Amino acid sequence: MKMDHSLPLEYSTDQNKLNILGFWIFLGAEIMLFATLFASYFTLANRTGNGPTGAEIFEITPVLIETFLLLTSSFTIGLGIHAMRLGKQKAMLTFFSVTLLLGLAFLGVEIYEFVHYVHVGAGLQTSAFTSILLTTLGTHGAHVTLGLFWGLFIILQIKKRGLTPQTANKSFIFSLYWHFLDVVWIFIFSFIYLKGMM
Amino acid sequence: MEFFERFAVPHPSPAIYASMVAIGLVVIAIIAGLTYFKKWGYLWREWLTTVDHKRIGIMYLISALIMLFRGGVDAVMMRAQLSAPENTLLDAQHYNEIFTTHGVVMIIFMAMPFIFALMNIVVPLQIGARDVAFPRLNALSFWLFFMGAMLFNISFVVGGSPDAGWTSYFPLAGNDFSTSVGTNYYMLAIQISGIGSLMTGINMITTILRMRAPGMTLMKMPMFTWSTFIANVIIVFAFPVLTVALAMGTMDRLFGTQFFTMENGGMDMLWANLFWVWGHPEVYILILPAFGIYSEVISTFSRKNLYGYKSMVASMVVISLMSFLVWVHHFFTMGQGALTNSIFSITTMAIAVPTGVKIFNWLLTMYKGKITITTPMLYSLLFIPLFTLGGVTGVMLAMSAADYQYHNTMFLVAHFHNVIIPGVVFAMLAGLTYYWPKMFGFMLNEKIGKWTAWLLSIGFLLAFMPMYITGLDGQARRMYTYSEATGFGTLNMISFVGAIIMAVGFALIVYNVYYSTRYASRDISSDPWDARTLEWSTHNPVPEYNFAIVPEVKSSQALWDAKKEGHNLFKGKYEEIHMPNNSGAPFLMSVVFFIWGFAMIFSLWIPAIIATIGIFAFMAHRSFEQDHGHHISVKEIEETETKMRGAK
Amino acid sequence: MKGKWIFSSVLITIAAILSGCEPLLVLDPKGPQAERQAQDIMLSIGIMSFIVLAVFALLIFVLIKYRASKQSPDYEPPHMEGNIWVEAICVGIPVLIVAYLSFVSVQSNYIVEATPEKYEDQEPLVVYASSSNWKWHFSYPEEEIETVNYLYIPTNRPLEFKLYSYGPITSFWIPQLGGQKYAMSDMVTTLHLAADVPGEFVGRNANFSGQGFAENTFDVTAMSQKDFDDWVDEVKDTADPLTEEKFDELLEPGHLGRMTFTGTHLDFMPPPDHDHGSSDSEEGNEHQNHSEQDKDSDHSNH
Repeated sequence: MKMDHSLPLEYSTDQNKLNILGFWIFLGAEIMLFATLFASYFTLANRTGNGPTGAEIFEITPVLIETFLLLTSSFTIGLGIHAMRLGKQKAMLTFFSVTLLLGLAFLGVEIYEFVHYVHVGAGLQTSAFTSILLTTLGTHGAHVTLGLFWGLFIILQIKKRGLTPQTANKSFIFSLYWHFLDVVWIFIFSFIYLKGMM
Repeated sequence: MEFFERFAVPHPSPAIYASMVAIGLVVIAIIAGLTYFKKWGYLWREWLTTVDHKRIGIMYLISALIMLFRGGVDAVMMRAQLSAPENTLLDAQHYNEIFTTHGVVMIIFMAMPFIFALMNIVVPLQIGARDVAFPRLNALSFWLFFMGAMLFNISFVVGGSPDAGWTSYFPLAGNDFSTSVGTNYYMLAIQISGIGSLMTGINMITTILRMRAPGMTLMKMPMFTWSTFIANVIIVFAFPVLTVALAMGTMDRLFGTQFFTMENGGMDMLWANLFWVWGHPEVYILILPAFGIYSEVISTFSRKNLYGYKSMVASMVVISLMSFLVWVHHFFTMGQGALTNSIFSITTMAIAVPTGVKIFNWLLTMYKGKITITTPMLYSLLFIPLFTLGGVTGVMLAMSAADYQYHNTMFLVAHFHNVIIPGVVFAMLAGLTYYWPKMFGFMLNEKIGKWTAWLLSIGFLLAFMPMYITGLDGQARRMYTYSEATGFGTLNMISFVGAIIMAVGFALIVYNVYYSTRYASRDISSDPWDARTLEWSTHNPVPEYNFAIVPEVKSSQALWDAKKEGHNLFKGKYEEIHMPNNSGAPFLMSVVFFIWGFAMIFSLWIPAIIATIGIFAFMAHRSFEQDHGHHISVKEIEETETKMRGAK
Repeated sequence: MKGKWIFSSVLITIAAILSGCEPLLVLDPKGPQAERQAQDIMLSIGIMSFIVLAVFALLIFVLIKYRASKQSPDYEPPHMEGNIWVEAICVGIPVLIVAYLSFVSVQSNYIVEATPEKYEDQEPLVVYASSSNWKWHFSYPEEEIETVNYLYIPTNRPLEFKLYSYGPITSFWIPQLGGQKYAMSDMVTTLHLAADVPGEFVGRNANFSGQGFAENTFDVTAMSQKDFDDWVDEVKDTADPLTEEKFDELLEPGHLGRMTFTGTHLDFMPPPDHDHGSSDSEEGNEHQNHSEQDKDSDHSNH
């Protein structure tokens, strides 16, 4: 395996560079995915049928908690990657673990939020608005869930194999994914919740 | 008993029972054959687990040809039903199922794999690479496509085919009006193969951006590689839209959501918009690689470089951007008003300009050239006039006020077949004939090939020109019958005759493969067409590693320049080559996807959940797996190279 | 190549003969909108034939002149990069053509989306045309009558069709009077037509809507305003009133022949809202008010 030591570990082999570029392109596709969901959301946002409107069901407190948790987790994973670049495996693993815990807490609040929606009569089948709302939030939530498992697997692999070009590459790509979810959440926060509550 | 009733076909006919028996017999025959000739191991080792882009390409090709047969049978049945007024060959329900599956099969399961076949086989060779960027992912892409296609195709014997048209407009495709599981098949089978297409997109873009031979800058890439690159960029941006639309449709049908329903705020127009935001770029995903093939073929057989390389590239970039800005022209009649229609009318017509540039550039490539008419060139030469006809009728359709009269008529049907058949299908057949020696080490028979091209063209004209006329005479598309009084009878009979001639043409392709396999000379050079690009600089058939030494490139027609100036493309010594390992995971994971899709279609929730867990288990396994590939030693390379050269 | 040219010219001749017997519906307009559309179609066919001929001519020229068999064996084609002027022409001419067609297209859009110009000074006849599997219901709110699967219209008067559907998306199309437009379940679309001459025309749903789609047609009869008024009076005297139960029965999937009623279903089953808001009661009232007014004005015309 050819390695280029002038570059950070995650970029050090040809395959690593391909993986990172490929993942960026994948994120391009993900942007389109969420853009489509947002476009559909804006189209259907006022089509509430006999169901409630956004203003009637949105609650600011859990949303703010979710935002805080996810933004913080994005910061901690940044620290984790920084530690990885410095070769501090233990610090990196700590930051990654904190990230995942924050992600888990986010998910917990989101599940609470969903239960609340169903409770106030805004289920998946209520109206076009609730369908697209829960689908958009759910798609993001599913991404976070997948990320939790993925991140966990990476932590286990680093524990077992140490920081190799492969594990570093995976960690870096995972951090891109996690930051991306954060960006999507900012859009959800601004254009679904804030706009809906106004 | 009740449990099994859901798998019954809701509208059975003798033809469907006959197909069931035929499918059963073929499956038994394949299993028996593989067992008798002890080929299971060979099949598993060499094909099911392969990650070699060339073999994956060949598997795409075989699937595409099988699907061409399936879609073609559908087409002939439709034309037969319409050949006479008030014909009773098919009833409305069967006709509806057949035109739906014809559309889906031809676009998603025939044209797409056909272009993927050529991309897979040609692009790595054309850029001097040893494989694609993610060989394992490539195998997964193929198997997902394949399983999606199989899932879709079993619909007509298990549970019933979709019958809401290939566009599957809601609310017609919703539970209220499509009560069989047919539309579930549509939603899930396309979803599964769509995931595969998206991954191919990512794979090809990365490959083309990062794995080109030294010296091959972007503007020195051969035109087919350029077209593949642009088409895959469109794939990456268009397919997620389809993913979302299909997911919404699936949820409406299975989980009672209200996206496209008729009450509670559901919006049928949203489906139409999302479908075409994907659907129109999809057209260019198909046609751009076709343009790439024509560029290679026309340049090779005019013995001249491609005229206007830069404007060719520029026009493709412009087409790719504009392909996302024209989707409304598929429903000018939806009542969005004069202003919106005007905007989309103009953008649609504007696409004709870069397309026209390409036509003129091909003509100028031939100008002052030395044209030899081989089979691939014959397809290209037939393409130019026929496609021009389709293109200009496209401009006619783009005039939105007039489109109120063309929309939903046979005029439209004639138009899109007029661009897809000479545009995409002819290109694929040209590419098939052109690259056949690269794939299999012998050439297809030229005489049969030319007969095929002529038959297809004549059949095409007979089949589709009359539709322009009946369309203007008020024949709506998708009508399973019409009355004598309409006067459509004669022209539809001509169409039927054309369809039969085309069927004969396609049968001739199969015969050509058989004939050439049996009789064609195996003693051909690695460059039998006297071509211009890198894929012809390596041996026939291509060794596993493609190139023993990575070539160094100075122009977009590296091989031609090397031949003319006598310089060596391959400088340096043999070095150890790193290659990826085969893996059964992509195939097995796709099988689980198939089970998942099937379970979802029939709302079998427990198997669906188990299959979902299975899919994630494969992903987890992939995460933990350590696979560093293997190395081919210098000695092995030397042996292979000596043998290959000796054979020539 | 020759075979093909002979072949296509034969085909064109056949087409000409066939269309010569009886003009194609779309190209035989009987109303101003269809006429404009037919003009656009003929104009674009004309311009496009020019392009097709140009491409065919160039292709034939290069094929005849630059065949390998017609050249000396040692002829080596020159290397040609693009030429800016040649390519400017290849871009410029299509741009001019497209610009011209765009101009025509935009103009036509505004024409077909408005009341026909020559009848602008007249009060349009409003007809609510709604589809259900696989029928058409025509409600004349001003006349207070409703028909199924047939449509009587006065000539020389603008017609305003309000389209919607009780099921899948359908498309209302009377080729000789003008192009089609969708009828959908969650919004009302408007189609402007007019008939210049009396006569019988075919109308149909052009958008695939399931099993009974092929037979989803209706007959259109255009007649003078006087005949139309007589017909309305006759219907009012003879036809049964349309009840809600009866209408529900009509909505059941299937095919029906011609039917005639007094009263319209608009009274008890208003068409979908224009804006897709949740509070539909207000909108519904507005509609009823609207039809009340129409009725009043109709009376004063008499």
